Amino acid sequence: MDFGFGIAPSSTINLDKVDRSRFTRLHELEPDVYKCMACGSCSSTCPAGRFSGMSVRKVILALQRGKEKEAVRMLKGCMLCGKCSMVCPRGINTRHLILSICRIYNEEQQ
Amino acid sequence: MKENIVIIGGGAAGLEAAGQLIRLGYSPIIVEKEDHLGGHLAEWHCLFPDMTPASDIVGRLAGAVSDANIFTNTEILFINHLKDSYNVMLSNGVSIIARVILFTTGFRLFDAARKEEYGYGIYNQVITNSDLEHWFRTGDDDRIGSVPMEAVGFVHCVGSRDEKAGNAQCSKVCCITAVKQAIEMKKRFPDAMVYCFYMDLRMFGKKYEDFYISAQRDYGVRFIRGRVSEVSENIEGKVVVKAEDTLAGKPVRVTLDLLVLMAGMVCNPDSTKVASMIPLQTDSDGFLKSKDNILEITSSSRKGIFYAGACTGPKTVPETLAEARSAALDIHNFIESL
Repeated sequence: MDFGFGIAPSSTINLDKVDRSRFTRLHELEPDVYKCMACGSCSSTCPAGRFSGMSVRKVILALQRGKEKEAVRMLKGCMLCGKCSMVCPRGINTRHLILSICRIYNEEQQ
Repeated sequence: MKENIVIIGGGAAGLEAAGQLIRLGYSPIIVEKEDHLGGHLAEWHCLFPDMTPASDIVGRLAGAVSDANIFTNTEILFINHLKDSYNVMLSNGVSIIARVILFTTGFRLFDAARKEEYGYGIYNQVITNSDLEHWFRTGDDDRIGSVPMEAVGFVHCVGSRDEKAGNAQCSKVCCITAVKQAIEMKKRFPDAMVYCFYMDLRMFGKKYEDFYISAQRDYGVRFIRGRVSEVSENIEGKVVVKAEDTLAGKPVRVTLDLLVLMAGMVCNPDSTKVASMIPLQTDSDGFLKSKDNILEITSSSRKGIFYAGACTGPKTVPETLAEARSAALDIHNFIESL
């Protein structure tokens, strides 16, 4: 019977079920991806962020939490201007990282 | 010099202060309630940030006081305030008249069982930082290594920054201790996922930040910002942890083979008991109250009573040692002025 409403799916991230194989591959190419401490400098300086929802911090987190589609969708807003790599206090080459993410995660989708 | 100096507590602070006083020509008396010297340090395996074996440090500190009068297995029965000195009665029947007493009574580790939601003492695979350190030191603990270690978690701030537990203070050393222990676990179980659940990471000391970056990049320890809210046990005897990943803004759950609770530093009730004999004031956090928290941290408001180390609040080992040296100098100046 349709009551006209339903229960939204659980938003819980279950770390037991996250497939880490692609992230492991990314980590091999980009060891610095683990250095992110989620300060948010990249996101606040990103000229595309406020229009497209792009955020490098969120992309790195989403990939580790198994939200790969969400991450790839966010990356579509990136213009590769490289401002984020200039402000990263941990010296992560974010531009290079973004390109590696695109390579690994887009391969899978094709 | 014939001046009795009673040092209450034979941990890092007591030993260092005694060593310095001996160098200055005094013969201090150390009173220790346990059967060995070294206090909490003697129970620890190795220390951040250079993984120095704790036994080396205790050995060096104890070596410098071999000439001191040391009473182990001894407690303070009472302290009487005389005209310008104190009569200290010990449980071994010795009574000492001294014009100077140094409190190096230290801290007590928070009893993690009080945070019932974390299941210490209820679930087998939930242990504390101190239990883990014991295992590193002796290899003697059935809970670790007997089952495959695929995922290990650390909970920061257990009994620290917790008003409900009666400890609003930050214990200062747990963040970096968790990083250290997480690295050690990764070294022993390279394939294990190691998670640290934290509220803030307070990496204030020399080389702490390097240690933290290394834990992330070189060892792959994963840091999740969010306080663990509850822990349960599944049918296989593993622990299921629930928290909020506050960076993602979503609840997170994970099944672990071992959960380590970073129990913090709280005031030592034995210290409070002895302090009440004089009596000395305690601060709002329950630790002993210094005359001034900036200028006179090693002085009490009573003449001839000094403090060093974690009896006045959570401290790292180097801070404790520095304070012990400073207290020794203060005592020397005090005796000179008499």
